[in-house]
Amino acid sequence: MAASLCGSRVKRREDPRFITGTGNYVADVTLPGMVYVKFVRSPYAHALIKSVDTSAAREVKGVLGVYTGADLKSKLGPVPCAWLVPTEPPIKVPEYRAVAVDKVRYVGDPVAVVVAESQGAAEEAAERVSVVYEPLPVVVDQEEAVKDGAPRLYDGIDRNTSFVWRLKGGDVESAFRQAEVVVKQRLVNQRLQPTAMETRAAVAEYDSARSEATLWITSQNPHIHRLLVSAMTGIPEQKLRVIAPDVGGGFGSKIQVYGFEAVVTLLSKELRRPVKWVETRSENYLSTIHGRAHVDYVELAAKRDGTILGLRVKTYANLGAYLTTAAPGVPTILFGIMLSGAYRIPAIECEVHGVLTNTAPVDAYRGAGRPEATYIVERMVDMLAHELGMDPVDVRLKNFIPKDKFPYTVATGLLYDSGNYEETLKKAMSLVGYHSLREEQRRLREQGRLMGIGVSTYVEVCGLGPSKVVRSTGFGLGLWDSAVVRVHPSGKVSVYTGAHPHGQGEETSFAQIAADELGVPFEDVEVVHGDTAMTPFGMGTYGSRTLPVAGMAIVGACRKVVEKAKKIAAGLLEAREEDVVWEHGKFYVRGAPAKYKTIQEVALASYTAENLPPGVEPGLEVTHFYDPTGFVFPFGAHICVVEVDRETGEVKIQKYVAVDDCGNQINPMLVEGQVHGGITQGLAQALYEEAVYDSQGNLLTQSLNDYALPTALEAPTYTTDYTVTPSPVTPLGVKGVGETGTIAATPAVVNAVVDALAHLGIKHLDMPLKPEKIWKAIRRAESEQTTTS
Amino acid sequence: MQSDNFNFECEYWVRGSMSSTRTVRVRVNGVEYTKEVEPRLLLVDFIRDHLGLTGTHIGCDTSNCGACTVIMNGRSVKSCTKFAVEADGGEILTIEGLASDGNLHPIQKAFWENHALQCGYCTPGFIMQAYWFLKQNPAPTEEEIRAGLSGNLCRCTGYQNIIKAVKAASEELRAKAPTINGG
Repeated sequence: MAASLCGSRVKRREDPRFITGTGNYVADVTLPGMVYVKFVRSPYAHALIKSVDTSAAREVKGVLGVYTGADLKSKLGPVPCAWLVPTEPPIKVPEYRAVAVDKVRYVGDPVAVVVAESQGAAEEAAERVSVVYEPLPVVVDQEEAVKDGAPRLYDGIDRNTSFVWRLKGGDVESAFRQAEVVVKQRLVNQRLQPTAMETRAAVAEYDSARSEATLWITSQNPHIHRLLVSAMTGIPEQKLRVIAPDVGGGFGSKIQVYGFEAVVTLLSKELRRPVKWVETRSENYLSTIHGRAHVDYVELAAKRDGTILGLRVKTYANLGAYLTTAAPGVPTILFGIMLSGAYRIPAIECEVHGVLTNTAPVDAYRGAGRPEATYIVERMVDMLAHELGMDPVDVRLKNFIPKDKFPYTVATGLLYDSGNYEETLKKAMSLVGYHSLREEQRRLREQGRLMGIGVSTYVEVCGLGPSKVVRSTGFGLGLWDSAVVRVHPSGKVSVYTGAHPHGQGEETSFAQIAADELGVPFEDVEVVHGDTAMTPFGMGTYGSRTLPVAGMAIVGACRKVVEKAKKIAAGLLEAREEDVVWEHGKFYVRGAPAKYKTIQEVALASYTAENLPPGVEPGLEVTHFYDPTGFVFPFGAHICVVEVDRETGEVKIQKYVAVDDCGNQINPMLVEGQVHGGITQGLAQALYEEAVYDSQGNLLTQSLNDYALPTALEAPTYTTDYTVTPSPVTPLGVKGVGETGTIAATPAVVNAVVDALAHLGIKHLDMPLKPEKIWKAIRRAESEQTTTS
Repeated sequence: MQSDNFNFECEYWVRGSMSSTRTVRVRVNGVEYTKEVEPRLLLVDFIRDHLGLTGTHIGCDTSNCGACTVIMNGRSVKSCTKFAVEADGGEILTIEGLASDGNLHPIQKAFWENHALQCGYCTPGFIMQAYWFLKQNPAPTEEEIRAGLSGNLCRCTGYQNIIKAVKAASEELRAKAPTINGG
């Protein structure tokens, strides 16, 4: 019992249900009398809705109703945006209707919804809804959309620009005046499709006798869904129960409160039948949020010795057709403030144009803003090294924030909690054998082979976040989290969390924390999440905040439980409270450890309650709300080694070493899992994935045939290791780790590929680095070399 | 046989919703079922909606993801690519039927022990594909495992621990089955 569970590779207690096929995902929810929904979607990216004829659809056998946007407008409020970043002039938020009323603005925008007794009937009827459109000119590219004369999505939003957000720290003008070298590059951070393996789904059941609705939903934050679906449908918050059971991955795409789930909830109330909606994969790709979608113009000022003086970034962020829940915050707050990376950059300036286009909404995808910032910083550092003829590692070592300078305030205003960047880099270099790899690279180049080594030394901000700070950025609520810890009369424990694990494994790691804090066996602790009727209001799981915020709420609750239990134990031990010692689940009087009361005995006494000290209430249960005092900053060094096939342009990852530091680890096995998965998503952006629209706004990557998710054949084997620099901000010294891999890997891989091609005169290639693109670049470079020589 | 099936599929697909039902007799996880189904019903929907075996998942509509993988007549199939009527007279094993007498199959155990799953959505498909793959190749190399599972997609794990789990399972299965045909 005395041995600490925190820090142990405890096997996941989630797994037995998943490996036996007995998980319970939303699509598995079946209710008596259930009916099915199909949305009719626009085939046009931009068009006026002239008329919608639902008569033929209504004739299909089994159809219960067909509703147009106009039918729903009076019954359903608009879809809200919850992160209104402060800008001057103020952000313009277009009206976002769950089902479009007069105009459609992207391919997939719903124009009607059909409800029927079977999915087949719903689909058949949806085909028979006849919509007359008047197509309008389309704009999909954010740089095109801000030009004079570009098609306009909304009256009153000039140049399709929702906002221009600015951030400035330090004297940027002077930095560029003093610069001995300035490196400039346009970087495209392409649009991605999050692709959780489970698409989105919702099942709603309305109990008219109680005027209550229950909504099962694929959600990363059920309480946020309840709040906003309540606002849209008018069903009071206390009469709406949201259950996010097992959720098959989110990666940011299940944070948002979309219109679809509100429609499903409303229809269950209208029809008094349980209503089910499950997105197909192609629908998921059309209208579940996309991620990234930046074009960044970057300038880096430095001295010839490699000292960085300043960074200037101008970004065009494609927001899609509507502003979803967190959309404005992602390319601004979560992006701009991280532009210092791991470096002392005295002056930073950033200007972000948030642009509306005829494409699916863009919002948070794993990393959300921070991968975009890190990509800029890590690519530019490499380009600077190349420009100066320095080793990219040396430029990094020269500019790192030194370990003795923490806590450190960067030019963007953030206070970094702790770090030791040099140590992670040196460890990664030693693991990969950096210097001998450089030798090998030289040898291989002589043979005409293209080998590259890419380094990425990232810092992430997570643990979102202190409410006061996030509120000042325009976020709709605070970003604290909550826990209820209930010690039952038997001494068994239920922990209710406001977070929502959906793959990260907190049913296990949170039980490890509570068991350690309370000194009870791991098996005696149950972690409950995902049901608003059971859990306290919580902000959910995203932004690598679950452990550093919701986990710390559990620590706080457990410590309050122990505090109360100590008072009760003092009564039982007939001692003064200050003389009672708490140790590994036992209370005893100082100096007399043999005579003790266990936490379980105290729990029982709290319920029998006849001998409680004055002022102590019966029961042993605490609700704790934890608002962090600061952000946490995990960091690390990733090194990727690639070989590029000169003849085909194909990239093969030879080695990948990741040294991460997320502070103290609760369950190293889970940390490793997060790192593996994160890196795979990050390298997939570098090499394979890209959401592609044609000029008319048709999504060309509408299926897994066309959107290139890596398989086991593409994913390399990772070597992972860690350093441990505890956070002074969190009670357990922990930081987040859910997004580190995705943040780190993209620039590591791109840097490696460009490094492999650098001697051919290739300075940069935009992602994804598909063979065709590389092959063309090599051919071009070769022909230029021939011409010059 | 295959071309017969193909004609059969086309015939009933074309008839589509004309809703003449067909009888399907099939043994699933050792249990005999007889059901009347629409000819257009996909096997995966039959398994999930008609038999209530929701451990078999749907992750795409283009047969890329493999979340719906089951064993039909001894072979792994993506059950979204078959009609329920094609299973008539056949035998199917789904994730729910893999553990016997409450004992996890070595592949299930290896997935648990090696942290080869996170959100769990793709997991049944991977386990069923690994089950079939290890029957074909009981002693695979890492490269062979990667190729053998490349028809299944996972977004959480980066595959490394899945490969490790399948390797571990192959070792345990071989240890349990001393002869080539003993498994």
